[in-house]
Amino acid sequence: MSWKKDEDTDELGALLHLDRSTVLQEARVFNETPIRPRQSRILLAKIIFLLYRGETMSTTEATELFFSITKLFQSKDMSLRQMVYLAIKELSTISEDVIMVTSSLMKDMQPKSEVTYRANAIRALCKIVDPSMLPGIERFLKAAIVERSPSIASAALVSSLHLFGDAKDVVRRWGNEVNEALNGKSLSQGSSFFGASTNQNQVVSTSNIVQYHAMGLMYAIRQHDRMAVLKLVQTFSGQNKGSWMGGSAATLRSNMAHVLLIRYAVRVMDDDPSLAPQLSTLLEEWVRHRSDMVSLEAARAICHLRNVTSKQLTPAVNALQLFLSSPKATVRFAAIRTLNALARTNPEAVQPCNVDMEGLITDSNRSVATFAITTLLKTGNEASVDRLMKQMQGFMAEISDEFKIIVAEAVRSLCRKFPGKHSLFLGFLSGVLRDEGGYEFKRSAIEAIVDLAKNVPECKETALAHLCEFIEDCEFTKLSVRVLHFLGEEGPHTARPTVYIRHIYNRVVLENAVVRAAAVNALAKFGASTVGDASLQRSVRVLLKRCLDDRDDEVRDRAAWALRMTGDESVRDKYIRDDSTFALAVLERKLVEYCADPGAALKGSFNFDNVPRISRAQEVEARDRQRQETMDAVLTGTTLKTPTSSKAAAGKGDLSADTAHDAGASSGFVDIFEQQAKYASQLNAIPELAAFGEQPLVSSQTPAALTEAETEYGVQCIKHVYSNHIVFQFDITNTIPEQVLEQVEVAMEPEEDIDGVLQPVVVVPISELKCNEPATAYVAFEHLDPETFPAVSFACTLKFIVKECDPATGEPEEDDDGFEDEYSLEAAEINAGDFMQATYIPDSHALWESLGEDAQSVETFALSNFDSIKECTEKVVELLGMCPLEGALTPKSKAAHQAVLTGKWLGKSKAVARARMTYQKGAGVTMELAVRCEEPSVSELVVSAIA
Amino acid sequence: MGQYFTKLFSNLWGDKEVRILILGLDGAGKTTILYRLQVGEVVSTIPTIGFNVETVTYKNIKFQVWDLGGQTSIRPYWRCYYANTDAVIYVVDSCDRDRIGTSRDELASMLQEEELKESVLLVFANKQDMKGAMSAAEVSEALGLPRLKNRQWSIYRTSALKGEGLDEGLDWLVNAIKGT
Repeated sequence: MSWKKDEDTDELGALLHLDRSTVLQEARVFNETPIRPRQSRILLAKIIFLLYRGETMSTTEATELFFSITKLFQSKDMSLRQMVYLAIKELSTISEDVIMVTSSLMKDMQPKSEVTYRANAIRALCKIVDPSMLPGIERFLKAAIVERSPSIASAALVSSLHLFGDAKDVVRRWGNEVNEALNGKSLSQGSSFFGASTNQNQVVSTSNIVQYHAMGLMYAIRQHDRMAVLKLVQTFSGQNKGSWMGGSAATLRSNMAHVLLIRYAVRVMDDDPSLAPQLSTLLEEWVRHRSDMVSLEAARAICHLRNVTSKQLTPAVNALQLFLSSPKATVRFAAIRTLNALARTNPEAVQPCNVDMEGLITDSNRSVATFAITTLLKTGNEASVDRLMKQMQGFMAEISDEFKIIVAEAVRSLCRKFPGKHSLFLGFLSGVLRDEGGYEFKRSAIEAIVDLAKNVPECKETALAHLCEFIEDCEFTKLSVRVLHFLGEEGPHTARPTVYIRHIYNRVVLENAVVRAAAVNALAKFGASTVGDASLQRSVRVLLKRCLDDRDDEVRDRAAWALRMTGDESVRDKYIRDDSTFALAVLERKLVEYCADPGAALKGSFNFDNVPRISRAQEVEARDRQRQETMDAVLTGTTLKTPTSSKAAAGKGDLSADTAHDAGASSGFVDIFEQQAKYASQLNAIPELAAFGEQPLVSSQTPAALTEAETEYGVQCIKHVYSNHIVFQFDITNTIPEQVLEQVEVAMEPEEDIDGVLQPVVVVPISELKCNEPATAYVAFEHLDPETFPAVSFACTLKFIVKECDPATGEPEEDDDGFEDEYSLEAAEINAGDFMQATYIPDSHALWESLGEDAQSVETFALSNFDSIKECTEKVVELLGMCPLEGALTPKSKAAHQAVLTGKWLGKSKAVARARMTYQKGAGVTMELAVRCEEPSVSELVVSAIA
Repeated sequence: MGQYFTKLFSNLWGDKEVRILILGLDGAGKTTILYRLQVGEVVSTIPTIGFNVETVTYKNIKFQVWDLGGQTSIRPYWRCYYANTDAVIYVVDSCDRDRIGTSRDELASMLQEEELKESVLLVFANKQDMKGAMSAAEVSEALGLPRLKNRQWSIYRTSALKGEGLDEGLDWLVNAIKGT
């Protein structure tokens, strides 16, 4: 057999040059009788190798292959059988009719079969069964879970975890068995069991892996039952003091299970802050655990706690400090990474480790060293920065781009912290720009310089000079464009703009079309902004005229446009010096919609009025926030955690006290537009409501909760104002698993007389509301008199029919007719603020002046119930429903403050509000509110919203 | 005589096992027959989803017996296992008069397969221990066996539970294969 010889000489080489079609040809060997175990085994290995390598197989090929592989079940060769199991698992998702091996696998998993067979057969079987067949094998799986042999029990547990996704209710029934596996008395007999049974390379378990797998499955089963998870944590917490090492904590034998337990404990704390004190004591105890894995995990958990106190941090940081000198690189890495993340939020807490971390700068593991440096940069004081930067320069060449980015980001945040050291940082950054490096790294260095230039006026010119030098020899088009844009923005305001123009014009001569186009734009900005110097403007125009001969259309177009704009002062102000921009995410979505709709072009050209405008400052903030989040993800690896928790906070919408600080409020700005677009599409899905108009003129920015948190039913109210209608949207959540609600609607009873103003027209109920599947009900009123804007409060009641249901399936019991029930909600209000759309209006000052005093309405309020100006401002913003301009929400002084707000009444008429406030202890806040609006009558209405 | 047999078998099959398929509608008793042949006792069975394959030694001859599930959903896959088959044991539930027609149709379509042209056919009229079971002749007639052409076949009345008739059937099978 020449074929066999081939394999013998160079099996590995053969694997590297495998060809799919050859392998499929060879698969005929499976059909031969008698079976040739060795050849078959090697061929199976090749097939699996191909699949792992990403080779795709058609369904027909895979099915054919699968059926030939089933024939190998006739062989008793144990190694071959194991390969068969593996192959079946791989093919289970590609091939059809994989259930053909069900009986064979079930036979192999029977107790009388070999241990090696049993574990693997369980794993393969669980890959091929569909949930409907599960009850048939349930008995065997349950028995396998409590099997003494760790390999079988683990196989059963892990397989159950995989099955859990598709067959939750079946797997949930195995809770008792899982619990037994979790608490399994001792698995040490396992080894003798194996010794007796087979010489196969079974892992004789010292790691207690079963407990780890059982812990994972147990959590999967119980995760939605907070009390059960808490109990799980408590059971293994070893809480009886004094003997926690040898005592009841001994029941948790697997360190990995312990790590899981810590993560679950943290989740419990996240969900229910009231349990936090109790559990954080536990975490503290676990920091002292003798296994470094457990200790690290506990310390990491503490460092990532929200609102962690320095007292809680001390033991964790102490433990991490010890780990910094561990001989194991992984341990050092884990410790320094945690400290690095902690230093972002809590640099003081990390300071005690500074000496140890300095030792790590020379660590042979470059990843550890990088983290050490960047952590030190965050915790260090101004004096140590010089030394660190020097050390850093030393090893920049030795680390990978990924870590260079981290360093660049660290320097960037350092620039903000120690603006006095700008020359040092600039020197460093321009140095690294000259070195070799990938796009991402160069980009973060550029961004750091840009940041410096923006925030430290003294070094702006030097920074710009460095950037100019960079684009003279830049291989990345995108970065050249970025720098050119920045030069265009900042250059004109410097003392000697001509210096930059030379660099920019060089680009027009030397670079590719994309860069040339960007350079033309930058030139245009120079031409437009330098008001005083006429000779400069003339020179720029000459340069731009030369660009008209460019061989690229886009460049010529931009040059022509720029020439036109720079010549005419009025249009110039409008286009080149505009300080507002479109909400880009919304613009993009609307354009995509426009392009996707074949009829849209017929209806007219794209309407920019529908795209909300935001200020440049807001856009920058949104971008900063995004960058921060990605950096967090890179640094801490907790991608899921950070964004979701921050979004959850914003989503809850209680923009009252704690979340309404400046950054939080305006960074969520762009999202709000997205939110409103989403509302519109939801509303238009309901024919009765779609008739009111294309989209609401104004929608509430934040939902108002009509129920307390943690009650049976959660209701949030969002108001939409159309030109002639007002729609109340109720997002309703049912939190009772045993109930299905039907015909859910909200009854609204006005508390004042609304005859002739509002008239109820449509009620849209929810036909069926299952547990934790929020749905939406609507109530719509017709706005009869468009001249009056009602301020009414409605008593709301939730009405529905309750039916009992099976919590597992959510299906109502068939013979249950249900009963009607009511649930009273808090009142829903509508007032002047609801008719105002919070919109950023660029150049509000000019608008204020142009509207003049005729359009103004002023009133003075004595608001004794506020304790600070900040509190008062927030309330005013909420009541008026207007957009606070920069600084409005962050009073600089405690005694006096002026806030400017802008908005559009009914989404059309622009309005500006000025609130001047003074605060005196004892007397509260005195506020003079002046409102000017394009529609004078409205000004008065807006002012009245406060009263 | 013994020497003669040994010689004959080694010539015929060498070490090669005789490959046998057990087919038939669901619930006919295929799996029970397989394990009765292999371990000599009645095991409790569940409907076979897929197949069972076992090596059975009878009179020093090794049989590789494939018992394929008989459910409607699985019958289409029988053909994947036809290649190199020396003999088919077709099992019929002699009490199931309602479905004997279905059984006949399945048998007929199976026998038309090119890959089974050389295979001999042994029919077991099973469940003879039950009251009201059809006789071998009745089953034979219902399956249309007498009208088969170019096929070596035989029918035996069996009871897998009691172990009756199986050995006689296998004896015939050994001789039949030997003869081909």
